Amino acid sequence: MQDNLITVDKVGKSFDGRLVLDEITLELRAGEIVALLGRSGSGKSTLLRTIAGLIPPTRGAVRYRGRELNGANPGTAMVFQSFALMPWLTVQDNVELGLAAQGVPVAQRRERALAAIDLIGLDGFESAYPKELSGGMRQRVGFARALVLEPDVLLMDEPFSALDVLTAENLRTELMSLWAGQKFPTKAVCIVTHNIEEAVLLADRVIVLGANPGHLRAEVPVDLERPRDRKSPTFAALVDKLYDLLTGREPDRPEPVEATPTARPLPAVSVGGLAGLIEIVHARGGRVDLPDIAADLNFEIDDLLPLVDAATMLGLVEVTGGDLTLTAVGKDFTTADIQRSKELFAAQVRDRAPLVRTICRALAGADGHLRAGFFLDVLRRGFSAADAQQQLDIAVDWGRYGELFDYDAGTDQLTADPAARLVA
Amino acid sequence: MVRTFSAQLRPFAVPKPYRGVIDLVVLLGAAGLVWVVVRLWHGVTVPFDQTTAPSTVSTDPAELPYYAARSLLRMFAALALSVAFTLVYATAAARLRRAEKVLLPVLDILQSVPILGFLSVTITGFIALFPGSQLGLECASVFAIFTSQAWNMTFAFYQSLVSQPRDLDEASRLLRLSKWQRFWRVDVPSGMIPLVWNGMMSFGGGWFFLVASEALSVNNHSYALPGIGAYVASATANAELGRVLLAIGVMIVLVVGVNVLFWRPLTAWAERFRVEDSESAQAPRSLVLDLLRRSRIPRLLGRALGWLVTPIDRTMAVFGLAEHPLRISPMKRRVGDVLFTTAVLAAVAYGLSTMVTFIADTAGFAEVGHVLLLGLVTFGRVLVLVAVATVVWVPVGVWIGLNPRISRLAQPVVQVLASFPANFLFPLVTGVLVATGISLDWGGIVLMALGAQWYILFNVIAGASAIPNDLREAAANLRLPRILWWRKLILPAIFASYVTGGITAAGGAWNASIVAEVVSYGSTTLTATGLGAYIAQATGSGDAAHILIGVAVMSLYVVGLNRLFWRRLYAIAERRFSL
Repeated sequence: MQDNLITVDKVGKSFDGRLVLDEITLELRAGEIVALLGRSGSGKSTLLRTIAGLIPPTRGAVRYRGRELNGANPGTAMVFQSFALMPWLTVQDNVELGLAAQGVPVAQRRERALAAIDLIGLDGFESAYPKELSGGMRQRVGFARALVLEPDVLLMDEPFSALDVLTAENLRTELMSLWAGQKFPTKAVCIVTHNIEEAVLLADRVIVLGANPGHLRAEVPVDLERPRDRKSPTFAALVDKLYDLLTGREPDRPEPVEATPTARPLPAVSVGGLAGLIEIVHARGGRVDLPDIAADLNFEIDDLLPLVDAATMLGLVEVTGGDLTLTAVGKDFTTADIQRSKELFAAQVRDRAPLVRTICRALAGADGHLRAGFFLDVLRRGFSAADAQQQLDIAVDWGRYGELFDYDAGTDQLTADPAARLVA
Repeated sequence: MVRTFSAQLRPFAVPKPYRGVIDLVVLLGAAGLVWVVVRLWHGVTVPFDQTTAPSTVSTDPAELPYYAARSLLRMFAALALSVAFTLVYATAAARLRRAEKVLLPVLDILQSVPILGFLSVTITGFIALFPGSQLGLECASVFAIFTSQAWNMTFAFYQSLVSQPRDLDEASRLLRLSKWQRFWRVDVPSGMIPLVWNGMMSFGGGWFFLVASEALSVNNHSYALPGIGAYVASATANAELGRVLLAIGVMIVLVVGVNVLFWRPLTAWAERFRVEDSESAQAPRSLVLDLLRRSRIPRLLGRALGWLVTPIDRTMAVFGLAEHPLRISPMKRRVGDVLFTTAVLAAVAYGLSTMVTFIADTAGFAEVGHVLLLGLVTFGRVLVLVAVATVVWVPVGVWIGLNPRISRLAQPVVQVLASFPANFLFPLVTGVLVATGISLDWGGIVLMALGAQWYILFNVIAGASAIPNDLREAAANLRLPRILWWRKLILPAIFASYVTGGITAAGGAWNASIVAEVVSYGSTTLTATGLGAYIAQATGSGDAAHILIGVAVMSLYVVGLNRLFWRRLYAIAERRFSL
């Protein structure tokens, strides 16, 4: 029986009445690395912060060694995506900060900090300020600061995603050799990531989160020998499986033609990016493997998936088993001249993008003029203020491109294009 | 070996023999400073008797250095007080949920209250607090300067606390810092840059109130504190123009000196607290700071004080962790909220009703109507001032801002002009008005403008120099005619900065009206019709009801205009014209 460190028990979280996490249950046990994998909007960072005791769950409970949290989790230390180092403290002082908070005597503090700095490969940089360091070196400071506290569980919030590819790979490898060599001063690791390969490379278990609201989709054990070989067929098969889980349709998710603007938010992409993706799929014969083009274009999944989502929503492509296939409309869209492709786009967004459809219908019923604030108010029921604004911005961008309606920032008015057919 | 990395980044290595010289300079400077402060302190605590206290000071130029030093001591005492107030008040407002609801509106009101109207109240209070010592008068003067500095600094620090990067907050909570450690290791450093820059700006504004509060007639009694402001007041009363000019010269030296020796090094030092990754392109440099950095003395001092950190940390840990419980019973919270709201509302209602009965029993409400009309007259002056300053300074500011070489030269000059106390120049203008017989009703506008106009120039320069170069090149490439160039490029681009300048200028003008609508030169006293003159006269005769009405009405005008006019312009600037 493995030693159970942290229990997440039916945790739900809402912000202003908007659900972002729904009924999450999981355990972190000693001796394992767990990856929380999900796309943006899946609430994975929120989940990590409830585990860290930084934000309270709305429902359910998080327990550390059986005790329910009521404040920052004493058994954890966190490594941040943005490093979160104090810019006014030297490397040494940053690493010592947590020890100073525990009241460790100065001499012992110095000694332990130097040991952690040495372990993480930072020696020589003790008196440097974070500003003077490269991103990779800064994140090493972040690791040293967390590890020096010898927490039971090390939490990592996308620790490598602010680093360039080579630096990230280097740091990952070094960490894994520390972990494999039993030199790691923590019992378990929980890493949040949107990078599928990273999850397969590091984790013993990958927990896949679905979006809107964040929920558990699947738990995938990774039984590969360490160090892991990216080129092995089992590795590739796992990556494909996770891609499928992240892009595939979920059974209880409504089709865009029936969905409301809050049930199917518009993916945050520009028309230009969307057209670019369709062009690439067309150029490669109308069918591509998602992991392949992600690797070819050097795209992170968070950059690629919204494009795929938008293309699927508008019926320009179809996704099956990690493959993208161009539809007939998609082929027309990318081969037609600009006027014709705009008309096609207009028809697709009017019929299939829920928010654009709602706006078009409302404009048709209100002789062509409406305040944008009206739609913001409606959107606020399902989104935070910033997300609602983003949704409206996307809809305006798409509507303008399709010449369906226009928006005047000065008067906050949405105006239907006189030539547009607003209702199919 | 380990230390070489950072050593390379220091400005430059200093050969050994010079180091001794630098250390000596720093040591002498520090010793001199201590000696001066100790000597001045003796002057502060001299016995004082309200009936025999001097109402003027000597205008002997030999006394001027001593007076200047006394004034400077007052300025720094007020600055220290403002910093202490800022740290406590802003932290309370940012960290205590309920306190924020009260502290912020209070701060907003305090910011728009004309400080000079309150001098009579504060002076009486402080004299009662220190009977038989000049300390009471000193405190009243320091307090007047404090009230001109503190609100701005507090707002800036509060802003930096609530907009602290989220990950820094999370990191400090996970590291389990105590409240004390959190405050000194995270909160103060992350707010250091706004604190220092706002302190510098507010310090500049403080000179005006120093001058105004050193020589006063309140409650039918004239007071004078040894200081450069009282010196000018006495010289004006004696119509000694040469000595006024001499004092103006000393004042310029003071403003520039404090800038070079204090604010420049401080702003340059504060750069280390910048959170952004990149160094700012034109980070302030300071020779004085370089000198201090090359000396061994500050480092030795730091090491000696460093031993105190751990024991203090341990003692202050009694305040608990910088953490709030995740689970609070909503019932308990609701009850607390209700109790708190009731208490606040009751206090406000009590205050208002006391004020209303007081006015009804004394001056009567007819007086309020009369004062509102007077306010309209002063408002007219503010309006003319802002309009004329706009027409004059916007083109000049744009011209300076668009020429990097000129703006490098002009920027420090304008900075000095903005912090130079305009009431120092009043005697000169008053002399001209007396000689030419021009009414103060019009001349008052000039007096008010002496201090206020610079804010417009200052901000327009900043706005114009921030116009992206490619926009200017695009405009040149399109061969925009002059009028289009102004309408489509320059005016929208500087709009936000102009609004900031305008709001500051208008606020400054309202405050200045209290000293600008009643002026005297020699034996002649000129009085204008207006709210400022009304408050000044009420203060002079110590008429509490009239002071209250005057101050309340002026606050009403300032707050009302900010809400109805300037805030809307801000909103437009942000929505339409942000670059």
